Amino acid sequence: MNGTRSSGCQNGPFDMRLLIIEDDRDAAEYLTKAFREVGHVADLAGDGEEGLALALDGQYDVLIVDRMLPKLDGLTLIGTLRKKNIETPALILSALGQVDDRVKGLRAGGDDYLPKPYSFSELLARIEVLARRRGSREETVYRVGDLELDRLSHRVVRADQEIDLQPREFRLLEYLMRHAGQVVTRTMLLENVWDYHFDPQTNVIDVHISRLRSKIDKGFAHPLLQTVRGAGYVLRESK
Amino acid sequence: MTVHMTAHVTAIGKLLRTTAFRLTLVYLTLFAFFAAFVLVYFAWNTRRLITEQITETVDTEIQGLRELYSQGGIRRLVFAIDERAVRPGSNLYLLTTLTGEGLAGNVDSLSPGVLDTPGWTETFYRRFEDNEQSQHHALVQVVQLAGGFHLLVGRDLEERDRMRAIVLAAGQWSFAIVILLGLASGVFVMRRVLKRVDAMTDTTQAIMQGGLSERLPIAGTGDELDRLAGNINIMLERIEALMRGVKEVSDNIAHDLKTPLTRLRNRCEEALRIAEDESQYRAALESTIEESDALIGTFNALLLIARAESGQARDQMSDFDAAEVAHGIAELYEPLADDKGLSLKVDAPMAVPLHGNRELVSQALANLVDNAIKYAPSPAQRNGAQPEITVKAGAGEGDRILLTVSDNGPGIPEADRARAVERFVRLEQSRSQPGSGLGLSLANAVARLHGGELKLEDNRPGLRCIISLPRGGPAAAIALTK
Repeated sequence: MNGTRSSGCQNGPFDMRLLIIEDDRDAAEYLTKAFREVGHVADLAGDGEEGLALALDGQYDVLIVDRMLPKLDGLTLIGTLRKKNIETPALILSALGQVDDRVKGLRAGGDDYLPKPYSFSELLARIEVLARRRGSREETVYRVGDLELDRLSHRVVRADQEIDLQPREFRLLEYLMRHAGQVVTRTMLLENVWDYHFDPQTNVIDVHISRLRSKIDKGFAHPLLQTVRGAGYVLRESK
Repeated sequence: MTVHMTAHVTAIGKLLRTTAFRLTLVYLTLFAFFAAFVLVYFAWNTRRLITEQITETVDTEIQGLRELYSQGGIRRLVFAIDERAVRPGSNLYLLTTLTGEGLAGNVDSLSPGVLDTPGWTETFYRRFEDNEQSQHHALVQVVQLAGGFHLLVGRDLEERDRMRAIVLAAGQWSFAIVILLGLASGVFVMRRVLKRVDAMTDTTQAIMQGGLSERLPIAGTGDELDRLAGNINIMLERIEALMRGVKEVSDNIAHDLKTPLTRLRNRCEEALRIAEDESQYRAALESTIEESDALIGTFNALLLIARAESGQARDQMSDFDAAEVAHGIAELYEPLADDKGLSLKVDAPMAVPLHGNRELVSQALANLVDNAIKYAPSPAQRNGAQPEITVKAGAGEGDRILLTVSDNGPGIPEADRARAVERFVRLEQSRSQPGSGLGLSLANAVARLHGGELKLEDNRPGLRCIISLPRGGPAAAIALTK
């Protein structure tokens, strides 16, 4: 697990300020500690009202909001923030993992939704994507090392060699390149590239990744698409 | 005795409080009101008719007498009146001078002032032949003749008054009869209804005390009470099925979650007992996480099945193309199948519009494909032939759409097919494979949520899983079965 943390740290160019709004003290403290280990700072709010006050006051990169909170529930909290034009990205944690609950959460103004129980690496990967999305602009051409992807002409070139990709492979690579340097989990890929929100019993994503890898990395000295053990994948220039 | 009395009293009290009794009262009041209206209308019309007849007769008489007077003078008139006045059942006649002295007629006395007011008047009178006490009632017309004579012609109103008395008496009697009959039939109907409602109440009480398999009695008359009882029985059946589902889920949770939990706990204890260095602890922890992830997966699948079976996901339905779902799932699994040396084909050339929960239908189809790949013959068993899996989406009979996953693998023996769809059932040959064993059950639950079904058929060789769904969603399924 330590390997995951340090690699995440190396590539995370900035440390984040997070606000965790969660009434389960143990879970919240575990998260605070784990975030600190990877270099992020996390504040803690034990109920919805305190959380809202802190979120209105402080400058946070991402809010982590439990769905069911004392005094003010998570969805209302996020709705209130959005009404006041505070657009801090918010990730909703919930014991209700069903599809319609997810949809409700996103409709209320949440940016991502993670059902409990979750793994820390999944949460971290999603938080980093959320924080980075803020202020990043959509580029026409993505570049990682000598790999280049043109979103308009749908051309992928590595070291002046054109690479032929299937439409789905193109979207997979596009997602990985947009989040270059960030760990991307299998569920994130399944949700964002395939738009499925269920857990396939067999790990189908791994096979898609290895196909893509054979197309973009085969025959090159420095592989770009790397597996992060226990977490997911990252596309980055290796030294 | 007292007990019997109180029982009797409460029975009456119950009767009085019933809706049927109140309805009877309302009907009774309305009916009495209408009866009274009809009677009054009848009486009024009769009275009008009689009065009209009298005035007509009197008018003709006066006209005739006037003519006599103008032709033959007062003598002729007196003569005519005297002659007419003695006829049996005759009209009333009175001819007086200006000062009120009687010249001719059969009237002895009148209400005072009648003679001085020309026109129609109702008055009391007495004839000459009547005795002192008798007093009659008449409608009379008084006219003034040339020469200052007063002529009164009238007719007795006895007939009209008798009519009124008859109508009044009839009204009283019929009113009493209506109320009596109404109450009696009301009580009769009420007792019948009450008896049936009491039977229903008894049954519901038995159900409340835990006898969920009890059903409401149906009289077989097909009336509204029968329909109500029928609907409640259907509802009870559904509740019973749901309760059975909940019980099954908890039983299965107890069985299939406790086993891996025990394994998990054992592994932790073992690590504490024998692990000597960090790497051994790490290995134990990693396998613990793996085991708990599998547990979470099983748990999620169970929740999803329970949720689909209880129909909760019905509010998330939309219109989508089932062919596109088939292509999407096949595309997701194609590399995996390819890796295992299987050929995965899609047969969905045309759009197949469907109303349902897209996410759940996708997941159900994914589970079937996953199973087909998982249970495909291993390279050693293949004898050189490449196993084939086909995902098909198309229209079936009677406005149904079919999502089919067929393979030419080992299949499931016919005797086991029904059992394979049940929760947690993993047939003998599949014990070695990973997975929660919930794939088919989930597909089945999703199909039933949509008002459809999951069918397993022989693909000769292999297995064919068919998810058959009504095109228009669960509402259409209800219409189809009707």
